[in-house]
Amino acid sequence: METINYQNFRIEAENICVDYNGKVALYDANLRLKPGQICGLVGMNGAGKTTFFNALTGFVNISKGKIRINGESLRSAQKDQTIAYVPQNEGIDSQFPISVWDVVMMGRYGSMNIFRCPRESDVQAVKDAIERVDLTDHLSTPIGNLSGGQRKRTFLARAIAQRASILLLDEPFSGVDIRTEKLISELFIQFKKEGKTILLSTHDMIHVREFCDLVLLINKTVVAYGETSEVFTPENITTTFGGISPDFLFGPES
Amino acid sequence: MELFSFLNLDTFITDPLTHDFMRKALLMSSLVAAVCGFLSSYLTLKGWALMGDAVSHSVMPGVVVAYALGLPFSLGAFIFGVGSVALIGFIKQKSRVKEDTVIGLVFTGFFALGIVLVSKIKSNIDLHSILFGSPLGISLSDVKQTIFISLLVVILLSIFRKDLMLYCFDPRHAKTVGINVFFLHYLLLTCLSLAAVVGLQSVGIILVVAMLITPGATAYLLTDKFDNMTVISVLSAIISSLIGIYVSFWLDLETGGSIVLAQTFIFLFAFLFAPRYGIFKLQKLFAGYK
Repeated sequence: METINYQNFRIEAENICVDYNGKVALYDANLRLKPGQICGLVGMNGAGKTTFFNALTGFVNISKGKIRINGESLRSAQKDQTIAYVPQNEGIDSQFPISVWDVVMMGRYGSMNIFRCPRESDVQAVKDAIERVDLTDHLSTPIGNLSGGQRKRTFLARAIAQRASILLLDEPFSGVDIRTEKLISELFIQFKKEGKTILLSTHDMIHVREFCDLVLLINKTVVAYGETSEVFTPENITTTFGGISPDFLFGPES
Repeated sequence: MELFSFLNLDTFITDPLTHDFMRKALLMSSLVAAVCGFLSSYLTLKGWALMGDAVSHSVMPGVVVAYALGLPFSLGAFIFGVGSVALIGFIKQKSRVKEDTVIGLVFTGFFALGIVLVSKIKSNIDLHSILFGSPLGISLSDVKQTIFISLLVVILLSIFRKDLMLYCFDPRHAKTVGINVFFLHYLLLTCLSLAAVVGLQSVGIILVVAMLITPGATAYLLTDKFDNMTVISVLSAIISSLIGIYVSFWLDLETGGSIVLAQTFIFLFAFLFAPRYGIFKLQKLFAGYK
């Protein structure tokens, strides 16, 4: 087991910019996260949340800036299976002919040989991961037959099986049942204890206050970043959402 | 009575086998069908039907030029097939025109170039056999090329079977865990071009896209497991080829058209009667009798 130095940064994004064919999606964005930290990513639709995730996974190239993961390049972080991405339910083809087991096994692909033949250890990792998200009864169920919450847990299990130390979660709580929500929040507490670093995007402000040590408010660039208690203020939220007051967005605070 | 002699099942099967060209056609078309059927699972899941159509039409000028220069026609077809995809990608990136429009205009442009070249070069190119296929008139050198390309595609798809499945399902995850997505993208395109090249001998350029999408679509209606989907796709493709060739022999029909029509009928059958996804949902019907 690797020892975790809680003082070193897991994620360091410095002045990163992303543009799609000349259209700027994100500019001068900064983020620094340490092991054991949970950070909420908050912004409007089209504010660059998914782009931020895409940049951190290497799915899109940044046009400017620097990303260091554990002090090393993104490329070596990919090779080391350091980062896991848990997509939104809408982000995947739920009609794809594939079972829960096969999806979770995909979390092991990066560390397998070229034919992707599962070893004993891979099978065990997949079993354990599926058990942790409580889907052992659905091993061979096609993902198309799962509920939204079960599907979300399947992809969470894939990230667990991958043994990644950084988890990027796109809307982990959207479209899930109460049971899944409870299970995910319990897993977050465990992940924190294990020293994993979590970045999650959410529309639900209650979740931010509940889970996130830090919050990153973005609108094409960083509006505010810091401890949730300090940064997650009505003024900052209003700026992030283009002048709309948080009262309107979330109802008056009781 | 002579006229309906093929209604005797024994005669129906064995009579055509006495002809050398029929044995060759049945073997080659089955091989080609198997290759296209294998690839078909990936293309239908990736949503590349239009891409398949584009590549298969774009190989036309390549075939003509290769014939004119005395090169293996598969080489010319391959270059133009991959070239069309590169051009589609380039125009899409550098302009505001939508992707499906770019695909449509590039492949029709290539196809038109091919037709113009045929009329200009005036060699002994048989336009009809390029457009509609000629499985019955396949030459020995064509047989060698077809076998070589087919084996190559099957080996590539077999090695990268799981990676390609992941690429079709969730390319972002593939990228995140350090799998070379760029390579897989071009691998799938390469296999597509090669499959289009061998497929056009059976059913011709215009219909080859059917070989690349119909078996996969049929299999998709019949199973929820990827491996089963591949097997069903390959089998339905081979069976369609055999049915098409036999029927065209006995009824004197265009062979390529008959093969594709057989595929379409199998698809319609699955569409109506597939246990879970057919419109009559046989599974539920039987469940009612329990």
